[in-house]
Amino acid sequence: MSHPVTLGKQGFFATLRKDAWWVEPALVAGILTAFGLYSTISAVLLRTKFEVGPYLSPFYEPLLTPNWWPFSPAILILWAPLGFRATCYYYRGAYYKAFFLNPPACSVTGYTNKNFRGETKFPFTIMNLHRFLLIFALALNVFLWIGAIKSFRYEGEWGIGLGSVILTANAFLLMMYSFSCHSLRHIVGGRLDCFSCHRTQKATWDKVSGWNESHKQWAWMSLFSVAIADIYIRLVAHGIISDPNTWSTPLRVIH
Amino acid sequence: MSRMQTGQKVTFRILRGEGDSLKEVDYHVEAETGWVVLDAVLNIQATQAPDLSVRWNCKAAKCGSCSAEVNGKPRLMCKTRLDDIDTSQPVVVHPIKSFPHVKDLVADVKWNYEVNKRITPFTPAKDADFTYYQEDVDRVQEFRKCIECFLCQNVCHILRNHEAHSRFAGPRFFVRVAGLEMHPMDTADRTQFLDQEAGVFLCNITKCCTHVCPEDIHITDNAIIPLKERVIDRKYDPLQWLVRKVTGKK
Repeated sequence: MSHPVTLGKQGFFATLRKDAWWVEPALVAGILTAFGLYSTISAVLLRTKFEVGPYLSPFYEPLLTPNWWPFSPAILILWAPLGFRATCYYYRGAYYKAFFLNPPACSVTGYTNKNFRGETKFPFTIMNLHRFLLIFALALNVFLWIGAIKSFRYEGEWGIGLGSVILTANAFLLMMYSFSCHSLRHIVGGRLDCFSCHRTQKATWDKVSGWNESHKQWAWMSLFSVAIADIYIRLVAHGIISDPNTWSTPLRVIH
Repeated sequence: MSRMQTGQKVTFRILRGEGDSLKEVDYHVEAETGWVVLDAVLNIQATQAPDLSVRWNCKAAKCGSCSAEVNGKPRLMCKTRLDDIDTSQPVVVHPIKSFPHVKDLVADVKWNYEVNKRITPFTPAKDADFTYYQEDVDRVQEFRKCIECFLCQNVCHILRNHEAHSRFAGPRFFVRVAGLEMHPMDTADRTQFLDQEAGVFLCNITKCCTHVCPEDIHITDNAIIPLKERVIDRKYDPLQWLVRKVTGKK
């Protein structure tokens, strides 16, 4: 049996792949869209019940409430972690496939353009600011750890609740997402050619390189942990669920 | 996938022809335990289609000659065991696609060698003392594993779909440049080449090259992204610019 074929580009989604190549980009598109919608609603539109007892939603950490700012305080913070994620080397590869279909998956034809510019022209040159957004992300990690430690103290009494555990896990996952960053790997030692001349930097580079191998996993786990922490605190603040904890005083809504 | 048994019948659907007259032809073979796709293709060539063109050499995943697309995935035919693919359906074998097709399973990959010539070769200092340590070369030794099978070039959508051959060097050559740029004894600066000629910023980091590399070179994480970061140092980082101005270092 034989039949004629055309080699090379064959139109949108053309591929000889027999596996379910569309599952991963579809999942990425679905999860990122859901997270984008949820974070917009939670951090921008819902401006109350984000702090209950010792728990502050990570969308609002650190809480900045200047008198001159009429909008949600989360907006003053969120540009940094969102920008950090949007310019992240892992997420870029994932969303170029999921949203830009460029390509939809490996060996699958998507958008084609002989004048393709990649990341050489604005707005995609913004991706090169990733290392600067990393600085803000690292600073936010400090505030998130402070928030996590504070979540163990309520009404002058040390204790522990499920919210404390969630906020601590979230701070850890976000820290690992930042510490496994490709730009950080470059800054701490990757830019060097002679490792034996800079042994401390080589040791740091080795450490970050090890974390960097799981950057994708840290990226997704920290994304989920932020959403889970915010959902949990809002559910407690609305009285839908109660936080199991060791404090004698019931948690009250602060903001 | 189930283990292939000797005598099991498998259908191979192989792209045949040249120019505009291309067709997929089905060949039925009795496979043997332990066969790889190249075994089947060579069996077909020996018993059913003596005019079948296929490029191969070492049959040990080291020469990089038998690159093809098996069921749509870029693979070395000699490293693709029938045990690992679904043989209940016809196994589709096509040539690699980012380069001009010659005949049957053969593509013309000479463009790659033209790109290679444009890269500034290893350039040590004239009075260099070649004493350096293993920790200095661990990183670049990964890049020396490349067997030039060009599967990464084949799967890269910038070559495959956007046909940017005149503006983009491709993953294989970012690996080569990384091996030179990160070498402790090399003194040449290839960042302008990377930016202006090799088009490193055309890469949008989809990691397809890494996924298909038969030598497991972490092309994206260890070569392309670090090279992008080195170009960013020069082109987009005002702090680095200031440091260079103050210290006088390149």
